[in-house]
Amino acid sequence: MSAVAVHSLWTMAADPIDKIDAPKIEYGQLSPTLIVIGAAIIGVLIEAFVPRKSRYYAQVFLSIVSLAAAFAAVIALATRGYGTTKAGIVAMGAIAVDGPALFLQGTILLAGLLGVFTFAERRLDPVAHGNQVDSFAAQAASVPGSDSEKAAVKAGFTTTEVFPLLLFAIGGMLLFPAANDLLTLFIALEVFSLPLYLLCAVARRKRIMSQEAAVKYFLLGAFASAFTLFGIALLYGYAGSVSYATIAQVVDGSIENVTPALAETMGNDALLLIGAAMLVMGLLFKVGAVPFHMWTPDVYQGAPTPVTGFMAAATKVAAFGALLRLLYVVLPGLSWDWRPVMWAVAIVTMLGGAIVAITQTDIKRLLAYSSIAHAGFILAGVIATSADGISSVLFYLGAYSFVTIGAFAVVTLVRDAGGEATHLSKWAGLGRRSPLVAAVFAVFLLAFAGIPLTSGFAGKFAVFKAAAEGGAGAIVVVGVISSAIAAFFYIRVIVLMFFSEPKPEGPTVAVPSPLTMTAIAFGVVVTLVLGVAPQYFLDLAGQAGVFVR
Amino acid sequence: MENLIALLVVAPLLGAAVLLCGGRRLDAVGHWIGTVLAAASFVIGAILFADMLGKGAEEREMTQHLFSWVPVEGFQADVAFQLDQLSMTFVLLISGVGSLIHVYSIGYMEHDERRRRFFGYLNLFLAAMLLLVLADNYLLLYVGWEGVGLASYLLIGFWQHKPSAATAAKKAFLVNRVGDMGLSIAIMLMFAWFGTFAFGPVLEATGETSEGKLTAIGLMLLLAACGKSAQVPLQSWLGDAMEGPTPVSALIHAATMVTAGVYLIVRSGAIFNGAPDAQLAVTVVGAVTLLFGAIVGCAKDDIKKALAGSTMSQIGYMILAAGLGPIGYVFAIMHLVTHGFFKAGLFLGAGSVMHGMNDEVDMRKYGGLRKYMPVTFVTFGLGYLAIIGFPGLSGFFSKDKIIEAAFAKGGTEGWILGGVALLGAAITAYYMTRVMLMTFFGEERWRHAPTPSPAEPSVEPAAETHGEHAEPHPHESPSSMTIPMIVLAFGSVFAGAFFGIGDRFIHWLEPVTGHAHGHPPVSALTVTLSTVAVMVIGVGLAYAQYGRRPVPVVAPRGSLLTRAARRDLLQDDFNHVVLVRGGEHLTRSLVYVDHTLVDGVVNGTAASMGGLSGRLRRLQNGFARSYAVSMFGGAAVLIAATLLMRAV
Repeated sequence: MSAVAVHSLWTMAADPIDKIDAPKIEYGQLSPTLIVIGAAIIGVLIEAFVPRKSRYYAQVFLSIVSLAAAFAAVIALATRGYGTTKAGIVAMGAIAVDGPALFLQGTILLAGLLGVFTFAERRLDPVAHGNQVDSFAAQAASVPGSDSEKAAVKAGFTTTEVFPLLLFAIGGMLLFPAANDLLTLFIALEVFSLPLYLLCAVARRKRIMSQEAAVKYFLLGAFASAFTLFGIALLYGYAGSVSYATIAQVVDGSIENVTPALAETMGNDALLLIGAAMLVMGLLFKVGAVPFHMWTPDVYQGAPTPVTGFMAAATKVAAFGALLRLLYVVLPGLSWDWRPVMWAVAIVTMLGGAIVAITQTDIKRLLAYSSIAHAGFILAGVIATSADGISSVLFYLGAYSFVTIGAFAVVTLVRDAGGEATHLSKWAGLGRRSPLVAAVFAVFLLAFAGIPLTSGFAGKFAVFKAAAEGGAGAIVVVGVISSAIAAFFYIRVIVLMFFSEPKPEGPTVAVPSPLTMTAIAFGVVVTLVLGVAPQYFLDLAGQAGVFVR
Repeated sequence: MENLIALLVVAPLLGAAVLLCGGRRLDAVGHWIGTVLAAASFVIGAILFADMLGKGAEEREMTQHLFSWVPVEGFQADVAFQLDQLSMTFVLLISGVGSLIHVYSIGYMEHDERRRRFFGYLNLFLAAMLLLVLADNYLLLYVGWEGVGLASYLLIGFWQHKPSAATAAKKAFLVNRVGDMGLSIAIMLMFAWFGTFAFGPVLEATGETSEGKLTAIGLMLLLAACGKSAQVPLQSWLGDAMEGPTPVSALIHAATMVTAGVYLIVRSGAIFNGAPDAQLAVTVVGAVTLLFGAIVGCAKDDIKKALAGSTMSQIGYMILAAGLGPIGYVFAIMHLVTHGFFKAGLFLGAGSVMHGMNDEVDMRKYGGLRKYMPVTFVTFGLGYLAIIGFPGLSGFFSKDKIIEAAFAKGGTEGWILGGVALLGAAITAYYMTRVMLMTFFGEERWRHAPTPSPAEPSVEPAAETHGEHAEPHPHESPSSMTIPMIVLAFGSVFAGAFFGIGDRFIHWLEPVTGHAHGHPPVSALTVTLSTVAVMVIGVGLAYAQYGRRPVPVVAPRGSLLTRAARRDLLQDDFNHVVLVRGGEHLTRSLVYVDHTLVDGVVNGTAASMGGLSGRLRRLQNGFARSYAVSMFGGAAVLIAATLLMRAV
């Protein structure tokens, strides 16, 4: 081949490349997500290259540092005005950096940090063969009860993979409420869901139950994802675009260059309505709204308790964030269509969660149903379709997530020979034996019940106020009735703890390491501070409550 | 100068705090601390009084704003004081008479091991009462009002080891609560209708308020006044309150507590002026009470209870005068002040007698004590002359004016009220003469071997423990007790003339309360002469009955009226049958409704929720396939509903 021909190939190849625009990525504004995903990848490398004995320390260190750094990045972005004045859409229209996104990312990161603390707890389980162990299986791949499992336990293996998995999940959750097109939304959904399925399966005790929970969660989650994906396809078919902004314009008819193909589909409202309903359904599955809630109790009960606590808090934050953005940015033009439906969902969710919780006998299942009822309360704020609605939901999510993590962390402390003693009858008289732990748990329960001077009251008041001002008085009435029903089973646990005789062979309360203590203490402090002086945080949520379009 | 006002309240309040928190260390000096701080309050009051006298009549009102208690938009509650001529009068009376009672108590309570606590309570009482009369709004007045209720409860029940004292304290507190409800409702009404409860704005707003609203507020205020001032129908606590130590009785009857109701009505004069119906109710309450108390006073053999009946009756005079409107306000307060002197003197005298008689209170076991207690006899005697309205003494001037004003009300009402007031004067003369004769004159019945008298209803448990075992040795009390009595006797003699001659008191109080000269249908001289005449008749009757004949040691059975009067005109029986039994029936029926209806609904709801929960729970069967079906169905419904929404 001659030099000229080579040269011409060179130039031919070079010419088009000059004309393709390189995608513009705003690394600074995406730094929280990038830090966490990067740390997760490093975590995988640690699993591959670091000696087994040191992995735990390396992973815990890496997780804490990366989450703290990501949180610092969120704070830095917020203080520089990226949540308000400089809010914008980055990464070629794929991701929004605005107030709600930053607020929710900050909440998820803090919840994730507390989650790492509870994941890393190694003082609760008795020492096995000279090794301190955590809540996770020695070797998740070994068959429960098999020889290989025993060997793994004896060798002191631990599943340190949970830390990178957790980081991947957090990375996905950070992206989820910030996603600004439907594809990014779906990818974020899968990125955080898949690690959670795995995390559910790796409990050290009651492994069969844990694995069953994981399989159920995976099957149903995949089922819901299919709905989501189909909804996305229908919406794309309707608007000819996956971008939130474009779909919103098509929905309210303000789009300018209408191609003939688009003009044909634009008239087809069935595509829009069915697509939107299926997409919303996928998100309702994640938040655990009735009738898409059935996985919640089984998974919450089966998953290792630290995972449950993290999942209950952070998934809800991320999923409600995405739901808010979808309803407020993409579908505001449809609010007359989706509001009545969401009304109904909110009502059955509040009532369903509260009523079924009454007869629960397992503390983790009780908290699962409680989380369903809370999803209903938050939905009441979502359907307010006002600025107050956004800010009240943001506040509620922040308040709720720390109560939840704290409450599940307390659950890990109450143990008997079989591990955590989650049956309610074993909690009888706990207040006599361990007044401090029982008092802390009582604080969390009162916050769940929405008793004044706890964050639960401030949050509930905010969402109900927003709902009432948005004209949803009926929702507020049902919400208050559900709260009254819910108060019954929360208070019942308190009565059980403080006013029943302790059982002779009752559970013991393990003394945790400073890690879990920090998580619980942080939960108590946030609960009380948000309850006693909520105004600053309400203002903060109010400032953050504007979506960029 | 106005910065001193708060000190009036703070001084006794400080005393109460120090004495009640100080503990045993202060036992030795506690009574001195209490007395000095009470006297300090009086001295400050005197300084302010001198300052006030130096100013013109219209510039005498002083205010001091301490701090905003509840500064909320639309709800302004201030801690602020207002000192005008009316408050000044009360301040001097409360702190002056109060201080004398403190001095007296040093001697009287000498042997009580809880004396420090007693002085703490006395100081608290003074502080609360001063707060009540100095407040510049009804809410702060209410604070003082409740404080008075609390302090009276603590003091009446001071000897709580006696069940009767504990019961009496509880009774006083409960009956007062009924009145307190009236005051709190009145304050709420004021806030609802005027948007404020400060004296100035409320009393100004009465001009453009409908008569109905003013009547409602006025009647509620009257209810409050009835409670604190022991007026019918809330009079029942006063007699039992004699269970407290005698200085407490003196304090309650002369300087604090019972005067609060009169203060409240006079202070709220503008409201009553605009509500003739409420005013009429006030006069009726006053007239009924003045007869009620006088009749009860006639039948009691317990010296303190006879005096208690007398107080009820005299306060009735004041309430009656306050109900007469501008023609009566000044005289109500004037009688209140003179009464403060002679009633305090009488009670301290009674205490002195008891002190010398082993705490015996039954007058049938007294007699001929004038030889043994000359100072007590003279001071008590002067108080006696003052209260029956002996010409020239305090009571004569103030009571005569009230009777005149009652006649001046005009029409049939005027005749009835005047007649009642006149009749009351006669009965007053009768029962006070009876007390005087039974105690200081006649044979020395205490020399008889004291015999238990189960038929006698008013024998005190204390009398049984002391009086039955040893014959008393009457003696004069120590000087710490006699000096206050002498000072008060001076007041009893001269205060009336000082106030009355030249209308000095009218000019003093007129800028605050307003004053109108009444025009009785008969000449003032006629009224005065008839007052003196009925007084003489009363004294004569009593003398014929108790002075010329020996007094039996055991009370005769007496007429139906006497027996009823001994039982306080059946007030407790009435309360028991109507209120206690009625209340029991009401609560029983409410409990029934609560058990069957309310609990039924509540438990039924709870049970149905539980049942629903149990049934819904079965949907959660653990099979992923069922869950998926539920999700699929949910999605179908969601889509269908969304489409339906578009269709409709």
